[in-house]
This record gives sequence, structure tokens and C-alpha cells, in this order.
Amino acid sequence: MEHLYEMLKQVDGYIYPNEIELHWGILIVLYPYITGLVAGAFILASLERVFKIKVLRPTYHLALLTALAFLLVAILPLVTHLGHPFRAYEIMTTPHLQSAMAIFGFVYLWYLMVVLLLEIWFDYRRDLVLWAEQSTGIKRRLYKILTLGVTDLSPKTIAWDEKLGFIVTVVGIPSAFLLHGYVGFIFGSIKANPWWSSVLMPVIFLLSAMVSGIAMVMFLYMVVSRIRKVKIDMPCLDEIGKFLFMVLILDFTLESLDQVHRIYEAEESFEILHMLVNGKLNITLFIMQGLVGTIIPLAILGFFRIHLPKEKIRKPLYMLSGLMVLVGVFFMRWNVVIGGQLFSKSFLGFTNFKLGMIGAEGYLMAIFWLVLPFCILSFFLWLVPPWKKHAEAELTE
Amino acid sequence: MGNERLNSSRRNFIRKSALLAGTLVVGSAVKPFQAMLFAANEPEKTMPWYAIGIDIEKCIGCGSCARACKAENDVPKEPFFFRSWVEQYTIKNDGTLAVQSPNGGIDDFVQTVPEAEIFKSFFVPKMCNHCAKSPCVQVCPVGATYESPEGIVLVDEKYCIGCRYCIQACPYGCRYLHPEKQTADKCTLCYHRLKKGLNPACFDVCPTGARIYGDLHDMNSPLHKFLKEHSTQVLKPQLNTGSKLFYNGLSSEVR
Amino acid sequence: MPPQLKTLLPVLAVFICIFLVARHFLIPDSFGKYGHYRANSMDEIAALPAHHIGKAACMDCHDTEAAKLNSDLHSGLTCEVCHGPGWQHMDDPEKNKLSKPGTREFCGKCHDMNPARRTSVIHQIDIKTHNIDRANCIDCHNPHAVWEMKD
Repeated sequence: MEHLYEMLKQVDGYIYPNEIELHWGILIVLYPYITGLVAGAFILASLERVFKIKVLRPTYHLALLTALAFLLVAILPLVTHLGHPFRAYEIMTTPHLQSAMAIFGFVYLWYLMVVLLLEIWFDYRRDLVLWAEQSTGIKRRLYKILTLGVTDLSPKTIAWDEKLGFIVTVVGIPSAFLLHGYVGFIFGSIKANPWWSSVLMPVIFLLSAMVSGIAMVMFLYMVVSRIRKVKIDMPCLDEIGKFLFMVLILDFTLESLDQVHRIYEAEESFEILHMLVNGKLNITLFIMQGLVGTIIPLAILGFFRIHLPKEKIRKPLYMLSGLMVLVGVFFMRWNVVIGGQLFSKSFLGFTNFKLGMIGAEGYLMAIFWLVLPFCILSFFLWLVPPWKKHAEAELTE
Repeated sequence: MGNERLNSSRRNFIRKSALLAGTLVVGSAVKPFQAMLFAANEPEKTMPWYAIGIDIEKCIGCGSCARACKAENDVPKEPFFFRSWVEQYTIKNDGTLAVQSPNGGIDDFVQTVPEAEIFKSFFVPKMCNHCAKSPCVQVCPVGATYESPEGIVLVDEKYCIGCRYCIQACPYGCRYLHPEKQTADKCTLCYHRLKKGLNPACFDVCPTGARIYGDLHDMNSPLHKFLKEHSTQVLKPQLNTGSKLFYNGLSSEVR
Repeated sequence: MPPQLKTLLPVLAVFICIFLVARHFLIPDSFGKYGHYRANSMDEIAALPAHHIGKAACMDCHDTEAAKLNSDLHSGLTCEVCHGPGWQHMDDPEKNKLSKPGTREFCGKCHDMNPARRTSVIHQIDIKTHNIDRANCIDCHNPHAVWEMKD
């Protein structure tokens, strides 16, 4: 408990005596960040599938597998953060429906089992059957298990794959919106906290989720192409850049609206939030979230709308803006989760937050949770490489 | 003709029963979501419905309540965990505000503002408001915190998963995470004492009688007298938490 | 029906059945009796031991002190305000002695000058200057009957 005594010295003004410790740390920053990446990547995938934006085809499978890899990890920081992780099942057995958090278990399972896994399964079933025939040993057994014994490759059954997969994707879009809008609601519905309590919170969370997911797929597509030593499909990349620009504008507008509204209404909490924004959140809000995460990428992507420079210049700039957006959205989550706990609910003072290195709440663990999805994704790309799908091979031939 | 009428009445019957069955199915599917409409139901008047009154004018800031609370409820001794604490507000002549609560009022209050600069100063004892529309109960995802039929907000430490959402949702800062149990913890209005016919510890040890509690159903209780004779106020009324902790002499600076 | 659904639907059904059965066994017995919580937890909280035993219990043994206390200005106080919770002392009085405070700091918790204390509610002195010849308040005052001065 030494760190609490240390923090007691750094208290600024008056805070309630129970408020010294921040109850939600870096793990809860990661949770909306990772679920946001899932929702964003999935929405990018459905742009191709449902809205028939065919130029995005090269990233379709990558986006789906990215969403799955991140979704598998999304729940882990959340559960490890609990005081009693082994009681987590209670959220499924006795969900308290008045609570915004209660349906998380169901929303998560629905999205994982019914949407993502099913869509990927329908999409890959034919290839799984064919790969099972071609490979040997453990890989062959893995593919066989993954087909769930449905090995029928008649044209009629394959047509069903397409049809059912499409239905699942259509269901998946509102589900993705639900998953992340709902995460925003967890914060937006806390009336005790003026920094969180906002009707716009779910919308802002959703839009920043789309921004981060699209940026992540863009980044991964470029990295994977480089590793595979294949040429990047520039029309596809430009299209992703276009969508990123569009959603980023929307996100920026709504986040600004939220702040402008707060400033103009200037409620009881205005003074303390003003001090928060200009003090403890100064760098993370204005520099990291605002400048790095929004303004510079907007300028780069907006410039590309006016004038498309050569491929050689575009590629690194897409890479750069994608990474900047990813950093910016991370700090957006940080500013919401950590920022909302730095000021006292007495509106009379601030506590402090120091990110430790080791322990479950330290930044090493946070980095681990952020690296893990990439490892899972690499495994997926090894097991079910999108570029070795038979339909893709036929297309390129 | 008759046959036709029979047919049409049978058709009506089928249509009506289909409608009824449909309503039942839809109704039962919607029913669980009724709980999402959040409102406090005051239970029937077979049990007491507890509320608290605190007279700020009588509080001398001795911290007996905070000390007794920690001793009675095995609250960790470190200065970060309180079920009950005392704050001192000092309003200076220039209108600025200084608030302190040294170790929750357990340590001595030392007035740092020079006497000549003080406009007014007073103590505010704080504890759980036992809200009738508790934001903390509303957000618990598993039903580990609840309002008892007596209107007391309790935590089930064997069921709490330690997600700390309730701590975030309490506008009054009355909850903390118990460092050993790793569950949310808060004032129980000494439920174990009430059930034994004793007063809550903080009420028993208050030397000036600044605190009273009582049954809101009982129109003759001292609490009703207190509410009737003083102009009382709750904390943060704009949040509509249904707070049942009523202060006499609450200054507008107190939050 | 397409063969995919022939496999998936039974899997889904099995999954839901397992969930429902597991749920049945995982929900505690008394859950939902009065509301969305474990009703037994109220009994568990009610069964916790009381630590402050109250003046009546103290009077069983310490009747002279209590009689004195009741005769004077401090009559409104319970013994445990100053001496602390008495439950362990009551079980084993020899082993668990209670504190007998009487220092300037301790009495000052109530009686030291503070602009937030109303003189109409509490008698106040300046503990730094009041009769500084004696170290502690109880060197002069009898805490059970405060105006019964010692020499």
C-alpha cells in the first residue's frame, strides 16, 4: 500500500478520502481500445461484403481475422482486472439488467460465436475442406476439425455458404455497432461523473472505434504485404484512406461538439473539468489525441483528396497516418478512462495516476495484452492464409 | 349461411388466439427488459424504511464516528478506506474555499486558515446516503449490491466480482475496494447492530447527538420530528439519487 | 435444409442446453427471493458480531464510574466514545484492557478551539495555553465528572 501513501502526497486540493486510488487503470483503457479495433475492422470488412465496395477485396479476410484475433483478447484484460476473476461467470448466470455492464457477457458471446466465427467459417469452409485434402499431419487434422464435419462441396452447398455468410454479415453490422456503442454507454451512463456522462459517448466511442479499426487494417495490410513481398493494391489502399478520412471527420466533429457543448453549458463541473483538461490531460488530450491522432492524419488524408502524390510518397504517409490514428485513439480511451477518475467527485481537487511497470496493472502487462492479438493473428494467417484461398487464386489467375 | 357464419366466427377465434399467443410470446421476450426501467419501489410498510438525519450545527468534528466506524466494521486502518468520515469546510472572507479531512477526521483538525480570514467554518460528517434510487445498485452487473427491504444498501461480499463499477457510480465517494477481500465495501448502517436492536456505532458514539436515524414509515419517530422542524437538504439533489441522508444547515458549498 | 445448418443448429442447441443447466446449478439458492440478490447475504451481514457493546453492558461491572458519569456534564456520552469498543474486553477483561485516555490531544478532539465548533454546543479551551503547568487534562479534571477538580 506504499504507492497509496506516495499518492496521498500528490493530492491536489480536496478529494473524498476514498478517491485516492484510481479504480480503473491501464487494463480498462485497453478494453475499449481493443473492442474498438474489433468493431472497426469488422465494419471495414462488411463494407466489402454488404455494401459491395469491391475494391476493398484484398483486405476483406485480413480485416475479419484481425477482428477475431483482437476479440479473443478483448475479454482478458477485463477479467484479470476483476477483484475476483473466478466469479466472472456470474455476469452470465445472474445478469442484473439495470446495469449497463451486465449484458457484456452476452454481447461478447453473440459477437464472437454468432457473428465473427460463423462469418469466417462460412467463408473458409470450402477452403478448409480442400486444404484438409492437400495437407498432412497435424495441419490436416486441424483443418478437418475446423470443417465441423461439413465436407459437402457440391455447388448447391457452396451457394449456401455464400448466402448464409451474407446474412451473418448483415446481422453483424448492427452487432458491431451494438458492441462498441454499448462500451461507450458503460461510461456515458454514469451520472456521477460529468466527464463521462454524455449522450454522445456511445456515438463517439463507435466512431473512434471505426477510425482505429480501419487504421489498424490499413497498417496490417501494408505490413503483411511487405512480409509476403507482394505489391500493395494501391486502389484498395486509397479507398481505405478515403474511408478513414471520412470517419475521422465525423469522429472529430462529434468529439468537438461534445466539448463545445460542455464548455457552452458550463455546468457545475465546468471549473474542475477546465482545470483537468488544461492540467493533467494537457499532453494526452491536446497533443496525443488532438494533434497526433486527429489533426495531422486529417491533414495528410485530406491532402490526398485534393492531390494524389506518387505511390512512393503515398505509402509511407498512409503508414504514418494509420499509426498516428492508432496512437491517437489509444489516448482518447486513456483520456476518458483515466481522465474521468483524476478529478474528485467533490469537484474540489485531483488525485494522481502513476503507471507502474510490473504487476497486473503495469505497462509491461499492457504491452503483453497489446502484442498478444498480433501473435494470434500471425497464427491465423499461417493456418488459414487468405491469399491461399481457392476463390482468391481463381480471381488472380 | 349458418355454415359460413360458423366459419367466420371460427376464423375470428383462431385470429384472436393467434394474437393472444403472439402477445404472450412478445411479452415474455420483452419482460426481462422491464428491469431496465429504473425506479425505486418502496416496499410495503411491513418493515422499517430507514433514513438518516445529520445536524451540521451540532457537529464538533471530534471524529468519534469515523473512529468507531473503523473499529466496529473492521475497516482497514490505512487512510484510504472509509465508510464514515468528517470534512471541515472553511469559507474565507475572499470567498474561496478550503476543505480538509485529515485521515477522514480521525486525526485532529488543524485550522490552517488564520482566524481573521475566516468567514465561516463548519464540519460535515459523511457516510453512505442509502439512496432510494442508488446509482451504485443500478450499475452492479451481477446483483452483488442491493437495497435491502429496509432501504439499506448492502454489498454481498461472497458474490461481488470486484469490477468497481459501483465505486465509479457513487456520486458521494462512499465506496472503496477492500484491499484484502478485493470486493466493494461500504457503510451498512451497521445492519448487524440494527438487527440486534442496537444503534449504528457512529450514532451511539456521537457526543453531541448530531446524528439521528429512524424509520420513515413511523410518523412519530424522532427522525420525522427532525425533518419537520428543520429545513433539511440532501447532497447533490440534482442527480436524483433519492438520497435518504438529510442534513440540517447544509451550506451550498458542500458537495 | 443446407448441411451447414444441420451441423450448426444442433451445436447451438447443445451449447444453449449446457448453458441453461450450468446456470441452474450456479445460481445460489436464495438468489431472487426478495430481489436481484442473494437473500442469505443479509443474514450473513446481520450475524456479524457487534463491537461496541453499549453503556448498559459496561454498567454491569463499572457501576460506580457509570453512576458518576451519569451525574455530570458528560452524561450523554457512552463509555466507548473515549475508551473504545468493549467487546473483547467484555470477553476477557484482564487480557484486553481498554485505553484510559486523558491527554490534551485526546480531550482536544472535542474541546480544542476551532472556528467550526459552536460555543453553544461544546465547551472550548485552547489546549496549548490552558493551565500549562499540568501535562494532561486528567491531572486536574475527572473525566467522569469534569468539574470535580483534583488538587
